[in-house]
Amino acid sequence: MVDRPTTRRALLARGATVLGALALAGCENVTDNPLVKEVLGGVGGLNRKVQEAMLGPEQLAQEYELSDVSTTFYANGSTDPDDKHYQAMAANGFKAYKLVVDGLVERPIELTMAELRAMPSRTQITRHDCVEGWSCIGQWTGTPLQAVLDRAGVKPTAQYVVFHCFDTMDDGDPSGPTPFYGSIDLLAARHPQTILAYDKGGKPLEVKYGAPLRLRVERQLGYKMTKYIKRIQLMSDFKDVGEGKGGYWEDTGYQWYAGI
Amino acid sequence: MSLAETELDDPVVSNDDAVPKGKEQRLVTLVKRHSVVVRVTHWITVLCLTMLLMSGLQIFNARPQLDFGIKTDFDHPPAVIDSDELDGKARGYVRIGDHRFDTTGVLGLSEFEGKPTERAFPSWATLPGEQDLGTGRAIHFVFAWLFVANGLVYLVWGFATRHFRRDFLPSRAQWRHVGGEILDHARLRFARGEQARQYNAIQKMTYFAVAFVLLPLLVLAGWAMSPGLDAAFPFLLHVFGGRQTARSIHFLAAFGVVLFVVVHVALVLLSGLFNNMRSMVTGWYDIGQERDIHG
Repeated sequence: MVDRPTTRRALLARGATVLGALALAGCENVTDNPLVKEVLGGVGGLNRKVQEAMLGPEQLAQEYELSDVSTTFYANGSTDPDDKHYQAMAANGFKAYKLVVDGLVERPIELTMAELRAMPSRTQITRHDCVEGWSCIGQWTGTPLQAVLDRAGVKPTAQYVVFHCFDTMDDGDPSGPTPFYGSIDLLAARHPQTILAYDKGGKPLEVKYGAPLRLRVERQLGYKMTKYIKRIQLMSDFKDVGEGKGGYWEDTGYQWYAGI
Repeated sequence: MSLAETELDDPVVSNDDAVPKGKEQRLVTLVKRHSVVVRVTHWITVLCLTMLLMSGLQIFNARPQLDFGIKTDFDHPPAVIDSDELDGKARGYVRIGDHRFDTTGVLGLSEFEGKPTERAFPSWATLPGEQDLGTGRAIHFVFAWLFVANGLVYLVWGFATRHFRRDFLPSRAQWRHVGGEILDHARLRFARGEQARQYNAIQKMTYFAVAFVLLPLLVLAGWAMSPGLDAAFPFLLHVFGGRQTARSIHFLAAFGVVLFVVVHVALVLLSGLFNNMRSMVTGWYDIGQERDIHG
């Protein structure tokens, strides 16, 4: 049983305790407040608008020299997908791999690695900036995404390019591992340095770097650059994919626009 | 010193309505020290820097090491906050170059929800308290925008009204006596009377350095970490010599701001908390009486 406070001082002390607890609880839950949520969720959109106003569509991210390339290029996120179909393809040098391009396109297509390699290519030595703060320099070769999109023919209603991947993230969700996906807008997709990379350092991608095909979006952070790409889907919005925020990491709370 | 140089309005001398009751025996000379723009932007800056620092430490915790140049050294970074084990006991440490400091309980290893947890900066110093990079970044950006907008208002106002020229650049007379002033500061002898009408030379130079060197450096180094802004403004990378140097400068400049705030708050306390707070809230500051003997 709780003692009843009898003196004024005891009452004041109890009141202060309750107020203190409320203040602490308020601090803990402040990010659940709808207005706070809206402001925190909206700042990524402001960053995007301002950066897009500053950036020309063709303005390149800095490219580096071969001597700048990192000896240890850190690989994080998925580094070895569990998918049985993926593992079977990897064991056979991805000869059976086909990239699917569909959604809001004139002609849905499938491209083998040989077909992708026969298309125009771009090689670039760029800096990979992780949201965590680290940077690595790597040399990437791949097919400009623009060329692949042109081959399929993007319908005018398309706004976003959604990348579905082979890998899953095991984040303790009781319904099982979450499929990895990501998205960029057409402005980023048509940038000259945006490539579907298949080589790193002049050799086919290792599994940990996203074999057989991974995205490079050089004016944004690493979490936009999906690895193990299975399918590219052109969409007018991505609200029905995953939890609707445009990517696995976005669904966990990262900003959709990752130019900063 | 010439009175024309000061920004201060006509003094309000004692026994006026503005003087607190019961203090008639002491001559109180209230002057208008801070304009409303300075007061409002000051407190918005306090809010922004607090939120930016705590969310910044949250972001730093995602990769608690400092590098220089264009890329990260994963094997032997120049400075790192980490944890390891000795005889089955977990320890937190900071390593700078080859110097290692045990920081168990604060840096590298600290209590979170009652359990020793591996994290660079402790929960009480980060925002949010738990490890949450996405929310930390969102908070950082919201207050970064507010900080920059607020800073621009302050800068435009400060140049337009000649506030900086008047209050941030020491006068010739002040330069001549700067040695004595440093001694006065060291003895915690604060100016009173006519001398207190304007900032002393050390104050002026400090505020100048913070407003025109330290904080702009912090903002520019922050921008240099953005791959989008680096593409738009390649000079950002060249000025700092690489994104990782910019990141380290951003961190060290933030540390510089913390040092400034510690000294600033200490001097506010030592030179009269009530008077200083009144001047930064209402604008009115009591310059007090001259000392009988100076020196």
